[in-house]
Amino acid sequence: MVSLSDVRPVEERAWFKTERRDNVLRFVVGGDWTLPEAPRLDPKLRALDLAKISEAEIDGKELDKLDSAGAWLLLRTKRALEDGGAKVRSFVIPETYGPLFGTLEREHKAPPTEESSRPPFLYRVGRGFMHAVNQGYEMLGYLGRVTVETVETIGPQKQLRWKAFIHQVEETGINALPIVGLLSFLIGVVLAYQGADQLRRFGAEIFTINLLGVSILREVGGLITAIIIAGRSGSAFTAQIGTMRVNEEIDAMQTIGLNTVDVLVLPRIAGLVVALPFLTFFSDFMGMVGGAVMCYFDLGITFPTFLRQLQGAITVDTFMVGMVKAPVFAFVIGLVGCFEGLKVERNAESVGRLTTRSVVESIFLIIVLDAGFSIMFSILGI
Amino acid sequence: MTVSADGQTNGKSGDVIISARGIVNGFGDRVIHDHIDLDVKRGEVMGLVGGSGTGKSVLLRSIIGLNRPKEGSIKVFGHEIADADNISMRALQMRWGVLFQEGALFSSQTVAENIQVPLREYTKMSQTLMNEIASMKLSMVGLPEDTAKKYPSELSGGMKKRAGLARALALDPELLFLDEPTAGLDPISATNFDVLVRDLQKSLGLTVLMVTHDIDTLRATTDRIAVLVDKKIKVGTIAELRKDDNPWIKEYFSGARGRAALDS
Repeated sequence: MVSLSDVRPVEERAWFKTERRDNVLRFVVGGDWTLPEAPRLDPKLRALDLAKISEAEIDGKELDKLDSAGAWLLLRTKRALEDGGAKVRSFVIPETYGPLFGTLEREHKAPPTEESSRPPFLYRVGRGFMHAVNQGYEMLGYLGRVTVETVETIGPQKQLRWKAFIHQVEETGINALPIVGLLSFLIGVVLAYQGADQLRRFGAEIFTINLLGVSILREVGGLITAIIIAGRSGSAFTAQIGTMRVNEEIDAMQTIGLNTVDVLVLPRIAGLVVALPFLTFFSDFMGMVGGAVMCYFDLGITFPTFLRQLQGAITVDTFMVGMVKAPVFAFVIGLVGCFEGLKVERNAESVGRLTTRSVVESIFLIIVLDAGFSIMFSILGI
Repeated sequence: MTVSADGQTNGKSGDVIISARGIVNGFGDRVIHDHIDLDVKRGEVMGLVGGSGTGKSVLLRSIIGLNRPKEGSIKVFGHEIADADNISMRALQMRWGVLFQEGALFSSQTVAENIQVPLREYTKMSQTLMNEIASMKLSMVGLPEDTAKKYPSELSGGMKKRAGLARALALDPELLFLDEPTAGLDPISATNFDVLVRDLQKSLGLTVLMVTHDIDTLRATTDRIAVLVDKKIKVGTIAELRKDDNPWIKEYFSGARGRAALDS
């Protein structure tokens, strides 16, 4: 690790001395008053006792080098003397450094402000809470706007941007098939293995298939797909729209008269609402395949037996309960992704922060909604 | 005044700080620099001009090591840029400051934190002293005290450039590179910036290499000017270049804008 003092070796170490006669102080400085020396000089200068001095002389004739950091330390000491009520009756530095010191003394007036301290705990709790409330409120407003604009596209005066829509279906749906398929297959394998292990104790291995059918079709397939897509496409939405915001592309669109919701948000949400049910179906299928493979190897259940048992275990309702949630999850992922993207400020860090927040919020909402669906279905008796 | 990495004092003005020999740069088959030479002496302000696409910024980026030329040698402070390993490159980087066109401030940090980045990286000083130095640098570039706590997104274009300059000056460099420092500024801010550069150059004894289009800036700040024209470079003072018979240079200095700026 290179440090500044390696690059600019100090030839003459900076020094200073004070000579005090009664109330008169002579402050003599010399050597290299430069940036590499500043960290060493700073605490010593700060520790100087400058009280009860009526007159002071600053003698810098022996200065070898002075840069702006050194000049600042000198100026600070001079000001500290003056603030303490002393009169600086002479101030001598080599002529070369006159302009530098002059510029500094002329331009730098305000004393540096202290770092603001951390606000108290209760304040931060309150601020966090109000922030969450405000976030919810804004999201509700945004939901309203998207809903209104969606309804308008059904009417004659507006049309969905089909090209963008198709592109989104491809990007969020078709391109996600491999990852969704693989993960669902593995989840099927794991569920079958764990289920078989437990049910074997009761000699009820065959019911592994019931467990698989119900859990994957009702819950796991839809949930795992939604979570993958929240991480994959929700984050992409936020990052894409956010980067456009940083580049002022969103502002440019508005001045051209393009409606950002029409151009950016609706195709994304609509694309996802169409793609996610298909992905969920694919996930269900791959999960069942994974389960069937595991049942064959672990329990020796052949494929025809698997299908026969499955037919008895599940109904069309079981499948539909899982599928009906998919468009709702898709809408939430798209809405949150675009909403957070449009909230990006014009700096790189906020793109990252809001992308993270978008994924966390969508997954949170997906699980909360899933719990809500479960309660609703149990009341309805499905 | 200043000391090079090998411990030699080379404070005399007139030493060659940047020496470029036979630089060739190009994209694909298109050549933009055809064996050009350039010397910048200690303590001078050198302007670098040329039409759009003549490779002013490319040359600047080659000198600071962001861009490797296809051929040729570039020595800064006597060190060959192309051969510099990480450590010697960092040693060189501590001796120069660069102001990019839009300021290139780190957008997730406040202006004060931006200025403190080089200080924090290369020195061990207390936070209080760093705050003081940041505030001092801000006043040197003519920004008000309250700028320190602002984020780059809250600043105007001119303020970003000044803040970028304050960051470039953080380590008291000997050499300063400015890429179009006055582009996009209103004429009053641009004039103030010129005065600022000249003042800082005088008080800190800087050597400055600046890319600019602005003929007022050239007149107000530079000692010599390097003109990139026809893939070659021509160096001279304004008076010398005005006598040049290259059509582009003639047009540049004697066109309506050039005359208005130079004869005023």
